[in-house]
Amino acid sequence: MKPAPFRYHRARDTEGAARLLAELGDDAKVIAGGQSLVAMMNFRLARPRHLVDIGGLRALDHLGTDSTGALRIGALTTHHTVETAPARRLGPGFDVLRAAMGWIGHLPIRTRGTVGGSIAHADATAEWCLLAVALDAELHTHGPRGPRRIPAAEFFFGSYTNALDPDELLTEIVFPRPAPHAALTEFAERRGDFAIVSAVVDLDLAGTEVRGGRVALGGVAPVPVRVPEAEQVLATGGSFADCAAAAAAAVNPPDDANGSADYRRRLIGTLVRRACEEARAR
Amino acid sequence: MTETPIDPAIDPAAERQLLALDVNGTAYEVLCESRRTLVDVLRHDLRLTGTHVGCEHGICGACTVLVDGRPARACLMFAAQAEGARIRTVESLSGDDDGRQLSDLQQAFRDHHGLQCGFCTPGFLMLAEGFLAERPDADRAEIRELVAANLCRCTGYQSIVDAIESCATARRAKEATEATATDETPEAAEATGEER
Amino acid sequence: MSTTTGAHTPDGGEGPLVGRSVARREDPRLLTGRGRFVDDIALPGMLHAQFVRSTVANGELTSVDLDAVRKVPGVIAAFTAEDLDLGDITAQLDRPPEEFVPTAMPVLARDRVRYVGEPIAVVVARDAYAAEDGLEAAKIGYAVRPPVTCEADALADGAELVHAQAPRNTLVDVALFATEGIDEIFASADCVVHVETRTGRQNALPLETRGAVAHWDDREEQLVLQTCTQVPHQVRTVASRCLRLDERAVRVIVPDMGGGFGQKCVVGREEIATAAAALRLGRPVKWIEDRKDALTASFLAREQHYDVRAAFDAEGRILGLDADVVCDMGAYSCYPFTAGIEPLMAAAEMPGVYTVPAYRVRGRAVTTNKAPTAPYRGVSRPQYVMVVERLFERAARELGLDPVETRRRNLITDFPYTGVNGITYDPGSYLESLNLCEQTLRDEGWYERQAHATAAGRHLGIGYSCFSERTGYGSTAFAQRKMEVVPGFDISEVRMDTSGAVTVTTGTMSHGQSHETTLAQIVADALGLDLAKVRIHQGDTDRVTYGWGTFASRSVTVGGSAVRLAAGKLGEKLRRLAAARWDIPWEDTTLGRGRVHRHDDPAATLTYTELADTAYLKAHLLPKDMEPGLTATASFDVFNDGTFSNATHGVVVELHEGTGQVEILRYVCVEDCGVAINPRVVEGQCRGGIAQGIAGALFEQVTYDAQGEPSATSFMDYKVPTAQEIPDVTVQHLETPCAFSETGAKGAGEGGTIGAPAAVLNAVNDALRPTGVELDHTPVTPETVHRALRRTLERT
Repeated sequence: MKPAPFRYHRARDTEGAARLLAELGDDAKVIAGGQSLVAMMNFRLARPRHLVDIGGLRALDHLGTDSTGALRIGALTTHHTVETAPARRLGPGFDVLRAAMGWIGHLPIRTRGTVGGSIAHADATAEWCLLAVALDAELHTHGPRGPRRIPAAEFFFGSYTNALDPDELLTEIVFPRPAPHAALTEFAERRGDFAIVSAVVDLDLAGTEVRGGRVALGGVAPVPVRVPEAEQVLATGGSFADCAAAAAAAVNPPDDANGSADYRRRLIGTLVRRACEEARAR
Repeated sequence: MTETPIDPAIDPAAERQLLALDVNGTAYEVLCESRRTLVDVLRHDLRLTGTHVGCEHGICGACTVLVDGRPARACLMFAAQAEGARIRTVESLSGDDDGRQLSDLQQAFRDHHGLQCGFCTPGFLMLAEGFLAERPDADRAEIRELVAANLCRCTGYQSIVDAIESCATARRAKEATEATATDETPEAAEATGEER
Repeated sequence: MSTTTGAHTPDGGEGPLVGRSVARREDPRLLTGRGRFVDDIALPGMLHAQFVRSTVANGELTSVDLDAVRKVPGVIAAFTAEDLDLGDITAQLDRPPEEFVPTAMPVLARDRVRYVGEPIAVVVARDAYAAEDGLEAAKIGYAVRPPVTCEADALADGAELVHAQAPRNTLVDVALFATEGIDEIFASADCVVHVETRTGRQNALPLETRGAVAHWDDREEQLVLQTCTQVPHQVRTVASRCLRLDERAVRVIVPDMGGGFGQKCVVGREEIATAAAALRLGRPVKWIEDRKDALTASFLAREQHYDVRAAFDAEGRILGLDADVVCDMGAYSCYPFTAGIEPLMAAAEMPGVYTVPAYRVRGRAVTTNKAPTAPYRGVSRPQYVMVVERLFERAARELGLDPVETRRRNLITDFPYTGVNGITYDPGSYLESLNLCEQTLRDEGWYERQAHATAAGRHLGIGYSCFSERTGYGSTAFAQRKMEVVPGFDISEVRMDTSGAVTVTTGTMSHGQSHETTLAQIVADALGLDLAKVRIHQGDTDRVTYGWGTFASRSVTVGGSAVRLAAGKLGEKLRRLAAARWDIPWEDTTLGRGRVHRHDDPAATLTYTELADTAYLKAHLLPKDMEPGLTATASFDVFNDGTFSNATHGVVVELHEGTGQVEILRYVCVEDCGVAINPRVVEGQCRGGIAQGIAGALFEQVTYDAQGEPSATSFMDYKVPTAQEIPDVTVQHLETPCAFSETGAKGAGEGGTIGAPAAVLNAVNDALRPTGVELDHTPVTPETVHRALRRTLERT
């Protein structure tokens, strides 16, 4: 379990990283925290000929709310930074993100793994991918053809594939508005494992009354998905149980060693309801 | 796997780099292939064999070290990524020069039988060392959640949780005592002493 | 121990060390990163080996082309089976061909591959990275044959044969017992219950994978093989035979070991190939198994199928057991235990703690195209205890009796008891442990909590397991298994130097069990010495006369007795020496505090250093009948059926409706391993064992697809439970000393693992009672539980 040989390049800044990626083409891979990539390289399931290390790009390590109330997270911000961020940088409107970090692996993974790395890796069960889709995040990139802003809904193509061009760098993740009544929950046989199913619910509350909300699921398709059928239930004053049932009925989850389609559907029912309740309590 | 030959353009020997690493406060220079992981460089190039290798995919935690004070998997980092960071390994835990005097955390593991074969132990020690520095107030449930980061096949984990919890409790008690001591004027301290 | 007084204890206390939880001697080096595990060894000029492994489960090898491998940068050499020309590893039972068929396991596959991961060639390179580069360049040709991937495949008519010489793919087939008239007993019984169980294939999974460093020492004219094994002398025997060297010319040294649990108590092919490569190249060669290989190509265990009936009378007294056990042993017999290890253990021991009057059993080992198996902590006992305990639960349910009371009526209480299986059980606390365990859960209010939870629509279950564990197998007991090599005894040497410190050798091999501490406690007591003055040596075939290593919970019982006897002999020599000086009978002396004391004059003493001074440096002063030096050797063997540790485990679980998750709310273990040399070490063994038992019951399994490809290649798929899944365990001790071990100790290494699956499964089934579903296969996954719970939810 030793990686195949590669050439190591250390980027000094975003421009330099982009230039390296443009020069090296398809054979290059960006490494940030490396918590997924290095494991895959050790198994030789990934074998890039060139590794571009962006770990030193301080400019991409930031977290804070801008004047519009949007939360801007630099791609190199670690899960641990989000988890431990003080309220002045990560306000109560984004508690859902802080709380969700506890589901990502374990502490030594969270200290190195980055928000941008997780989203660029595009694992269908990854918490950040799900949060981005659920909360309408915008993904900012930098490449030779200039910067792009890609809505999360259009970013994920399939398992481990996304809208990033090979020479393009994910620089920032922007959550456009607070989600004070949102929650992520998931289930795996062991805590810290990749979820069999994960769910995010973001409620629109007026007082305690539910006016509507967003429901998104991970582990049920090659990419995280919004579930309009379940959101419809929330918008029309249906119960959390009905919302959960609608979510379970709406998707066609995979059948594999981690769980049958039927079991996944039942988990969706449990988790969506649980996420609804946690979201309302937040 | 047999169909993907090594790219002849990437001769591993030609991809060697000179790295400057700060490990346990000592500056090292290492000439190694760029693909070498941090844990292999620590163990085999620097001969700091206290850090162990258990899975090489980030799950078991036997290779856990501190990177800038925070626990991290040394199998999921290339050594090149560690340049500029302060790395700490189990060899640094002891307070004295020859590394034999047990720290309070190490002693707690001994007192609570927190190790049997000892293979996972350095990983757990560094995990706890980094965690307690940040979360000295952690309760047992939080410590248990932390301990779940690494695998141990011998102990059933209970004694590891016990050890870390007792170390944290003792540190808090010591801190409280010291805080009281510094608050008191010498006269007041004397008076307290007499009362005892 | 009656001859000693006032040993110094490390905590400054007085009195014997045995029975005290003294701090471990192993800890300081392991805590400071100064242990020396096999991968920590670096020798000048050392090369690194990795193995080209089969990618098909069954087939003929049509070509092995390593030309391209040898051209990979950094690769020094690559060898096929033909290049190395080594003897095979063949484990034997002394049984007729209809009962046992041996398999010759080649060190490297020659013409046939029998499982994915089987080693075909060894690649040696300047480092582990280049070695792995080399593997990718190997060109292996296969003529693929249909794989045999399960018991049903193996036993099917006209099945593909994994070994041509083994019809019906059966390596072991023994009908050990068949009580006359058993069919009539079943026909006329008030109640007959049936349990069919399949248990998942598991990996013992020491956190340190297997590995070896081999080099030729010209000065000693010896191959030095440093490897993490539980059985160093057996590795030496196999290495010398495969490499065609005198046994003297092989020295096996075991460094610190990161666990073993049975996986390392058999001889692996890779350590022999590593040694062969080192000899061929004249340079040290290291092989460290990576985790992927450890998960897929190492020795596995535990995949068994039980089909068992039990007959009971109306009062819940068991009348008979009728069992068919089939164990899927994979591609080869392991050395030295053979594929008989699991079926023979199950067949011999199944009646366990109960008075079973009639017993019939057939035990089989089938061979399949899967990685071979080795003993794993508990060996078959976790499974048959689970089956028998399920049978008792089911019978109690059927008869409308309390399951705990039903057990009580059947536990052995009159000792010694000779069972229907011909085994004589020495005294234990079977009933007492069950009573204490049940009382503990009652006192803590778990039965009330269960009632409240049930009323509230939650699913709480309480389960128990009662079991014994034969420990201290001597050569008599192992001979009954009809192994060709019969383990059992242990030899120990105690040597005192001129400073009064002693060095003790043992043939046992600690890999986490704390022998450097516990055996030293025994010696320190026997000689009246400071613990710090005693050093245990193990795991070096040149230092240790002979040994059978550590497995089957034998170390403290057998090894500890040998150590005690040898120390006793040395003590006698010290007393005789002192008595000669004083000109008194040696019986009028005692040992203590590093001195020999006179009974008639407490003030007069001779220190061990004074006596050693005479024994070594002033031998002319020795009495004429006394040899110079202070050494003593003793051996110990067990000439009866061994000694039985016992325990009861009590578990409370809650099943979560929404996810099917099994949460363990409470775990109580009441154990009796006789005299506990170091209670904290015993508790550690219990807790660690229980964690592995829970792992088997709820989490871990190696599965294979239809092509014989193993599914679990990483820790993502092989789900070793963490601190979040393993609960705190309360351990309570009872003490029924062993009458024939020198210390009163029984073994304690495996009990936790044995009792946990049964107790957990019974608790799960207790919680499932309202559903009418019973789960008998392991691991019990959340999905299985969820499906079972739904039966009632959908009904109501």
